[in-house]
Amino acid sequence: MLNIINKSPLDRGSLDTCLQSAEGGAILLIEDGVYAATKGSVGEAKLKAAGKFKVYALGPDLEARGMADRVMDGVTVVDYGGFVDLVAEHKASQSWL
Amino acid sequence: MAIEVNGKSYEVDEEGYLINLGEWNEEVGGFLAQQEGVTMTDQHWEVINFLRDYYNEFQIAPAVRVLTKAIGKKLGPEKGNSQYLYELFPYGPAKQACKIAGLPKPTGCV
Amino acid sequence: MTIKKFMMVNRKAPYGTVYALESLEVVLIAAAFEQDVSLAFLDDGVYQLKRGHQTKGIEMKGFEKTYGALEDYDVSKLYVDQESMAARGLTADDLCVPVEVMSRAELGKLMEEQDVVLSF
Repeated sequence: MLNIINKSPLDRGSLDTCLQSAEGGAILLIEDGVYAATKGSVGEAKLKAAGKFKVYALGPDLEARGMADRVMDGVTVVDYGGFVDLVAEHKASQSWL
Repeated sequence: MAIEVNGKSYEVDEEGYLINLGEWNEEVGGFLAQQEGVTMTDQHWEVINFLRDYYNEFQIAPAVRVLTKAIGKKLGPEKGNSQYLYELFPYGPAKQACKIAGLPKPTGCV
Repeated sequence: MTIKKFMMVNRKAPYGTVYALESLEVVLIAAAFEQDVSLAFLDDGVYQLKRGHQTKGIEMKGFEKTYGALEDYDVSKLYVDQESMAARGLTADDLCVPVEVMSRAELGKLMEEQDVVLSF
């Protein structure tokens, strides 16, 4: 399963609910969701603790927010082409809106 | 809506403001000025270029009060007053000059 | 014209929603009418001021540069919540404009002094 999260972890519970309920697979952070993958944020600790997921973040959204240079270790940054590849590689996608 | 300058078509909104500011050039500026009934002189172009520089730096078209103050700072107090600017652009320096400069309508201009 | 004390309270991250941009527009409009305008940044709102927005990739107009014009509009009261910055790994050095960092209690006190508070 590809779990797509577009909400900031400090504004909404989307990331928490996903981490607690999803069985595993991949998480792709997009839009305001990318803040979860930045160093020093609360999302960082949560993602580190959720080792069973492979975590990706969308590069253009990180760049727009001035956060491209503070992505935490273990997160793979992808572009729009990478986004499409992830959707294609997984059996299903779920957007945690 | 669109205008045609030298055989090329440019999109404008219902008030005549250029849609894509990247398409602007002096010919387009001259055409828009003509439509506004403004005869362009070096003094006019000085204000137009100032506005374009301001937009590039801050991504907004300044309100009249701000424009006046900023022009005064850069080009001197004899130009940084609303009388001078209204003589050049009788229908409002911000509104009319912004249109000729290919910028959107200034924020705070209702 | 009567001058009122306006405070825009910003609590949303930029670009994901339109609130940050709308707030900035209202700030410029109120300032153009020579009102006494201040801005408060709390929660995800502190992300609005993070330096280095590069919005080409998401094909949206970036507005980081516009905060630089606030000085021309005589808007110089920008208040940022210390706690919100800390929770996001940010310090005042990460921000694109000079701000006054303060506690939530101090911000609340300033809110109480306003004639109009607008939330974004």
